[in-house]
Amino acid sequence: MLNIIVCVKAVPDPKEACNIKIDPHSKTLMRCDVPLVVNPLDKNAMEAALQLKEQFDVHISVLSMGPPEAGNIVKECLALGADQGFLLCDPAFGGADAYATAFTLAKGIEKIGAYDVIICGMASSDGSTEWVGPEIAAILNIPVVTMVKEIVESDRDRWKVKASLENGYRLMQVKLPAVFTVTRDLNTPRTLSFSGIIKARTKEITRWAISDLGVPAEAVGLKGSPTIVSELSSTESKREAEIIAGTREEKAEFLVQKLADVGVL
Amino acid sequence: MENSQGSVWVLAEQIDCQILGVSFQLIGQARKLADELGTSVESVLLGDHIQEQARLLIAAGADKVYLGNSPQLEFYQPEIYCEMIVNLARERQPAIMLIGSTFMGRELAPLVAARLQTGLTAHCIDLVLDENKILDAKIPAYGGLLSIMCPQKRPQMATVAQGVFPKPELDETRTGEIIPLDVPVDISRRIQTLEVVREATDGVALESAPVVVAGGAGAGDPEGWSKIADLARALNAALGSTRPAVDEGWADLETMIGQSGKVVSPELYIGVGLSGEQQHMVGINNAQVMVAINNDAKSPVFEQVDYGIVDDCREFVPALIKKIKEYQEKKVTC
Ligand SMILES: Cc1cc2nc3c(=O)[nH]c(=O)nc-3n(C[C@H](O)[C@H](O)[C@H](O)COP(=O)(O)OP(=O)(O)OC[C@H]3O[C@@H](n4cnc5c(N)ncnc54)[C@H](O)[C@@H]3O)c2cc1C
Repeated sequence: MLNIIVCVKAVPDPKEACNIKIDPHSKTLMRCDVPLVVNPLDKNAMEAALQLKEQFDVHISVLSMGPPEAGNIVKECLALGADQGFLLCDPAFGGADAYATAFTLAKGIEKIGAYDVIICGMASSDGSTEWVGPEIAAILNIPVVTMVKEIVESDRDRWKVKASLENGYRLMQVKLPAVFTVTRDLNTPRTLSFSGIIKARTKEITRWAISDLGVPAEAVGLKGSPTIVSELSSTESKREAEIIAGTREEKAEFLVQKLADVGVL
Repeated sequence: MENSQGSVWVLAEQIDCQILGVSFQLIGQARKLADELGTSVESVLLGDHIQEQARLLIAAGADKVYLGNSPQLEFYQPEIYCEMIVNLARERQPAIMLIGSTFMGRELAPLVAARLQTGLTAHCIDLVLDENKILDAKIPAYGGLLSIMCPQKRPQMATVAQGVFPKPELDETRTGEIIPLDVPVDISRRIQTLEVVREATDGVALESAPVVVAGGAGAGDPEGWSKIADLARALNAALGSTRPAVDEGWADLETMIGQSGKVVSPELYIGVGLSGEQQHMVGINNAQVMVAINNDAKSPVFEQVDYGIVDDCREFVPALIKKIKEYQEKKVTC
């Protein structure tokens, strides 16, 4: 049996127009309620695991660190076809940077115990550091391939995968256990099915707090984060547009003249 | 250690024995930081047949280059590269370590950072020192700039995209030391790069293109996107994108401009159907002229460009292409 752990993150829905912004005058954060969804690239990670499950004897665990509401996205992954769900949830985990997040997830992975393959999305839509997958690998001392766009061979304990590179790809051979971070080129994530939702009703989510992981409070969350966010400043634009008026024809005409003036025509 | 203050490191990168532009740009910025800190600039370069290239890093401003030169290092090999850098960093204790946000850098940097149990700031758009000489790495967020710092752990690590900093002048008379590195023998071989394949790219390279046309969510659908691509072709421009365009599958990730994508500095930038979100706009550095086409007169993009066209891009872009073609034909005939 191949044990796969998929790491997923609950992120504010990137499709919601209302973003968190700083007020240019008061310099404070203007927050608004945006629903939490599965980070888009983590859906590709889930899909990769599900496709392997269709071919081989696979057990899929879904692991997330987040607020209590993140339980919903773990549930969603169970409905997609994962076998078990784990949520690392404790106020002490709050304010974690990429390193503290990877550390906490790695401790969760060790507690789950059996793992051959760990799959993460390449990046989260809200943080976008791309660090969590490779840092988990470094902490667990197992190899990693980031930005996987094709799984070429997965039938033995040595996998071959193609990963994105500038204008091309690299073909990597990796001995399991290993971490893979995936891009959206890898697959097209499936959507939830009604039967999946019904089946997921009986699947339980295991919730672990800091005491379950047996790690000191200094090692996780804000305290365990080497980086700090120290200051938020607003930026000002140095340009202001001259809005070109007229009919569509006239506007196009004017713009062509401008392009010619710049010397690009 | 020679310096009470650890040095500023740049992990340089080569592809086919050519040092990447971003590595030189980082040496330039490292030089500024090191001068302010009163310390030296050191660089690590790993590859095969790259002795000559190491000199260029010194010409760009490095004082020392640690050079790993071996057939085993020809391609980026995660385990060996990481091991060599981590061992050297433990011995030399650099204060700062900078890495290009290339595909290699984006994998290697977190591997090194986690092994050294230190902080790593992603895709910075500026690097300065605060009053306590701590690295202040700026990233765009929440419509402003965030300062990310790593006050306690060392080295302070950051990745930076190609094009954020200018390329320094090469001074061939500069002197420095090249220190050869041995390739460790007893390295585990759990992972290997078997092959690296580079595909020929069609169109113009984004980073060096004099004209960039970037399209966003406003394209609406693949057909709307293809019109923006036609505009790029008519102008012999490189085609860039915003994240929603990549998410929709219209554009390749490699065309994304912005904080987590490419940084461009064209003579002319034309943004089509995009809202001017800061995470995209930080990817346009020193453009001479900027134009936006957006159907919403109140779009924030108009506060960040020189000329604005308020129109539906799906209608306006074909009209513009027609005018461009007419102009080009006229130019040929007279
Ligand atoms: C950590 C992080 C990193 C990020 N990194 C990047 C990055 O590197 N690059 C990047 O691009 N984004 C990045 N983003 C996303 C970024 O915040 C924005 O969401 C994105 O740039 C918006 O893209 P857009 O302008 O195409 O879409 P939208 O903001 O949806 O704007 C679409 C615009 O099109 C206009 N429009 C709609 N229909 C039409 C029409 N028919 N004709 C003309 N105009 C029309 C609308 O008025 C609107 O202004 C990042 C986000 C985060 C959180």
